[in-house]
Amino acid sequence: MELNGNAPSGPIETRWERHRFNMKLVNPANKRKFEVIVVGSGLAGASAAATLGELGYRVRCYCYQDSPRRAHSIAAQGGINAAKNYQNDGDSVHRLFYDTVKGGDFRARESNVHRLAEISVNIIDQCVAQGVPFAREYGGLLDNRSFGGAQVSRTFYARGQTGQQLLLGAYQALERQVAAGTVKMDTRTEMMDVIVIDGKARGIVTRDMVTGKLECQMADAVLLCTGGYGNVFYLSTNAKGCNVMASWRAHRRGAYFANPCYTQIHPTCIPVSGDYQSKLTLMSESLRNDGRVWVPKKKEDVGRAASSIAEADRDYYLERKYPSFGNLVPRDIASRSAKEVCDEGRGVGPGGLGVYLDFADAIARLGRSTIESRYGNLFDMYESITGESPYEMPMRIYPAVHYTMGGLWVDYNLMSNVPGLFVLGEANFSDHGANRLGASALMQGLADGYFVIPYTLGNYLAQIKPGASDAKAPEAVATLKEVEARIAKLLSIKGKRTVDSFHRELGKLCWDKCGMARDAQGLKEALLRIPMLREEFWQNVFIPGVGAELNQSLEKALRVADFFEFAELMVRDALNREESCGGHFRTEHQTPEGEAARNDEAFSYVAAWEFKGVGEAPELHKEKLEFEYVKPSQRSYK
Amino acid sequence: MKITLHIWRQKSAAAEGSFATYPLPNISENMSFLEMLDVLNEELQQKGEDPVAFDHDCREGICGMCGLMINGSAHGPRALTTTCQLHMRSFKDGEEIWVEPWRAEAFPVLKDLCVDRGAFDRIIQAGGYVSVRAGAAPDANAIPVPKHDADAAFDAATCIGCGACVAACPNASAMLFTAAKVSHLGHLPQGQPERYTRVRKMVSQMDAEGFGSCTNHGECEAACPKGISLGHIARLNRDLVVANLKRSDVPE
Repeated sequence: MELNGNAPSGPIETRWERHRFNMKLVNPANKRKFEVIVVGSGLAGASAAATLGELGYRVRCYCYQDSPRRAHSIAAQGGINAAKNYQNDGDSVHRLFYDTVKGGDFRARESNVHRLAEISVNIIDQCVAQGVPFAREYGGLLDNRSFGGAQVSRTFYARGQTGQQLLLGAYQALERQVAAGTVKMDTRTEMMDVIVIDGKARGIVTRDMVTGKLECQMADAVLLCTGGYGNVFYLSTNAKGCNVMASWRAHRRGAYFANPCYTQIHPTCIPVSGDYQSKLTLMSESLRNDGRVWVPKKKEDVGRAASSIAEADRDYYLERKYPSFGNLVPRDIASRSAKEVCDEGRGVGPGGLGVYLDFADAIARLGRSTIESRYGNLFDMYESITGESPYEMPMRIYPAVHYTMGGLWVDYNLMSNVPGLFVLGEANFSDHGANRLGASALMQGLADGYFVIPYTLGNYLAQIKPGASDAKAPEAVATLKEVEARIAKLLSIKGKRTVDSFHRELGKLCWDKCGMARDAQGLKEALLRIPMLREEFWQNVFIPGVGAELNQSLEKALRVADFFEFAELMVRDALNREESCGGHFRTEHQTPEGEAARNDEAFSYVAAWEFKGVGEAPELHKEKLEFEYVKPSQRSYK
Repeated sequence: MKITLHIWRQKSAAAEGSFATYPLPNISENMSFLEMLDVLNEELQQKGEDPVAFDHDCREGICGMCGLMINGSAHGPRALTTTCQLHMRSFKDGEEIWVEPWRAEAFPVLKDLCVDRGAFDRIIQAGGYVSVRAGAAPDANAIPVPKHDADAAFDAATCIGCGACVAACPNASAMLFTAAKVSHLGHLPQGQPERYTRVRKMVSQMDAEGFGSCTNHGECEAACPKGISLGHIARLNRDLVVANLKRSDVPE
C-alpha cells in the first residue's frame, strides 16, 4: 500500500505557513476540556508538555527517571543548528534545508525538513528568553561555530553541555506549568502499553516503578516522546534506561515502524575495555580537527606501545584514502574505515577494537597549552575513564551506536497512522533521512515540541469530541490485563540466566550482523538466531522478586523483551533495503571506491512496517519520496 | 583487585535497613564503580538473590541520577566526579568500601540505595524558571548579554541536580542547589523581572521540604561534582535580603 505523508503541496517556502492557516483551531474555552498524555520528558516531551500546558490543555506527562530533568537529551554535547545567519557567512533557511536533505542521503521528506529549517530560528529565540546560557562573544551577542563539516557557522552551543542547558530550559518551562496546575507530572512511571479504542489512541497503561501498581490513564490524544532504540545493541552512548517499549507497544497496536535499519554510529567513542562494559562514552567529534587517526601498518606491531612504532610503520588511513577531507570525513565513513582496519587485525587496545587518535603532531605544532585550552575537559574525561593521558600517548577510539534515525512513522502533522497517536523527537522516523547531521537532533526535538505539535494537535482535537474515555472501557481493561499477564509470565519463568546476559548477547548479535556494515548473509543469519535467543529468554530468564515493588530486574526484562521483537524488524528492514544510504551500509552495494551506493530507482521510499504478530513477517508499506528542490546526487569526499 | 563491600540494604521505604557485606575477589581496576555494582548484582542473581537497587542512567556524569555515599563521601573519593564516572582504580586492593544512599530527611529512601529527590523538582516549581510562553520570545540577539555574565550564569546552570550537596551537608541543607538556580537566572537580563519573587519562593519551598539551614560548612562545594561555588549562596543571600526589603513593593 502507498502511504500518504499528508504534506501540503505548492511552493515549499510557504507550505507550513499555509498549512497552519488551513488547520482547525480549538476554541480557548474548550482547550481545558481536552486531556493529553505526553510520554517522556526529554527535549521533545518536556517542550511539548510545557507548551500544551501554556495553551490551556490538561496535560499529563510521564517519565521513567526520578525527575524529568534526567532525560537523555541532557547528554548531547555539541550544539543546535539554526539558520540565523548571525555570522553573515551565507546561511539561510534554504541552505539549512538543503544541507539536511543532502546529509540525510536523500531519504527524508522535503516538506518536513524545510519546516524544521524555518522553525530553527524560533527555537534559539525561545531558549534565550528562557535563560539558556549560550556561548557569547565579548559584545554580548551569540557565538556560533561550524560543526560536523558544515560550511557555515550556524551551530549555537553552551560549552560542551548544550543538551543539558536546552533540556533544563524545557524542564523549567515544564515545572512552571506543573506549578500552574496545567501539567501533572508523574516520575518513576513507565508506559507499558497504548490503549486503542475504535481505532484511536485513547490512553496508556502505566506502571508505578516504586509500588508496581498498573493503571489505565485515559486521554483524548497520546504523544510519544520516548527517544530512540540504540540500546538494542546493548552497548551504545545512550543512557542505560533508554528503550523501545513505548514505540514497540504502539507498533504492536497498529502504528507503523519506519526505517528501523537507519542507525547512526559515532566514530569517536572510548573503546570497550572489558566484558563488564555497561555503556560507551562519546568523545566530541571536534577532536578530529587536530587529532590524526592511525593504526599500525603491520599486524605484528599491534601489541607494541604506540611510541615505539616508527612513523613509516603507521597507516594514517583516513588521510591516505580521503586526501582532501582527511580526518574530517563524515561520521559514517570514519566509522566504517575504523571497522575495516580492525577487521584486518590491525586494531589496537583490548580485543583489537580500537584505533589511535594521535595529538602528538598537534602538540608539537601548537604547543600543549593550546591543545589544553581546546580539548582539556575531553582529555580529562578520557583519562578518568581509561587511566591514560592523551598528552602522553594517543587516545584509543572506536565507533559506537549513537542515534537512531528510524522510528514510528508519522505524517506531516507528526501523527502516526493510528489517529490520536502522535510521535515526536528521536522516537519518530522524521526529518533526518538515513543519516543525521551533527547539531540537528536537538533542533528537531524542540521544533516538534515547541512549534509543531501545538498546531497539529489542535487540528486533530478540533475534529473530535472532548472527553477522555472511561478507564473501565472494555478495551482499556483488556489492555491492562494483557500487561498484567506479561509481567506475571516474566516473573514466573525463574530460569537460570540474568536479563543482562540476554541483552548483551542480543546486542552483540545486532552489532556483528546489523552494525556498521551489513550483508545479506549476516542479516539472514541474525534472522535465524534472534528468534532462537528470544525463545530462550522466555524460557530461561531469571527475575527475582515480585511485581508490586521497586524491581529493577523486572523493568529491564520488560524492555529487553521488546528489544528482542524489535531487533528482528530492524534486521528485516536492513535486508529489504538492497542499497547503501547514510547509516545503512550494505557491503554488496558500494561504489568501486568503497562508498555507499544508493539505488534511487528502487528505494527512494520510506519503509513503514505493519506488525503482524511475533515471529510473523511484517507487511511493508511504502511512502514514496519526491525530491522537487534538492536533486539527489552522489556524496564524494575524496 | 579484591574488595569488600558493605552496602545499605533496605527492602522498602517503610522497612528497617541494615548493612550487608559482599566480598568481591576479582574486580578490574578499569571498571566504573557502577559496573562493579553490576558485577555484584549479576552474582547475586545467579544465586537467586535480590540485586542491590541503585539509581543511574546516563553513566557519563550529566543526568544527575546516580549518587552514592562511598566511605562517607558523596560520590566517593575523587573531586569533581559523579559516582558513575568514578573508577575502581581510585580504590586500593583489599579495601573495605561502605556504600550508603543519600541521607536526608527530605530525600526518603525508596529501596536500598534509591532515594526520592522529588523535593528538588518542587523547589524549581516554586520559581526556578523565566515565565516565557513558547512563541513570545524576541529575537535572540535583541538583548546582548555581557560575556562575563553569560559565563557566570553558565557556571551556576551546570548543576545536575544530583543531591550530593544535600548529602554532604551536616544540616542536609539544599542551599547550593537552590542558589545555583537563583544565581543562574539572576545573572541574565531575562531573569530580572522575577528575580526577587523567585528567590523568596524558592527559599520558602526549600524550607517547607524539610531541608536544614545553611551554616556555611562548605561541604556542599567540596562534594559538588560540577564544582559549583559557595559564592552562589552568598549571592542568594544578598538577593533574599533585597527581596525581603522589597516585599512591600512586590505583589504576592
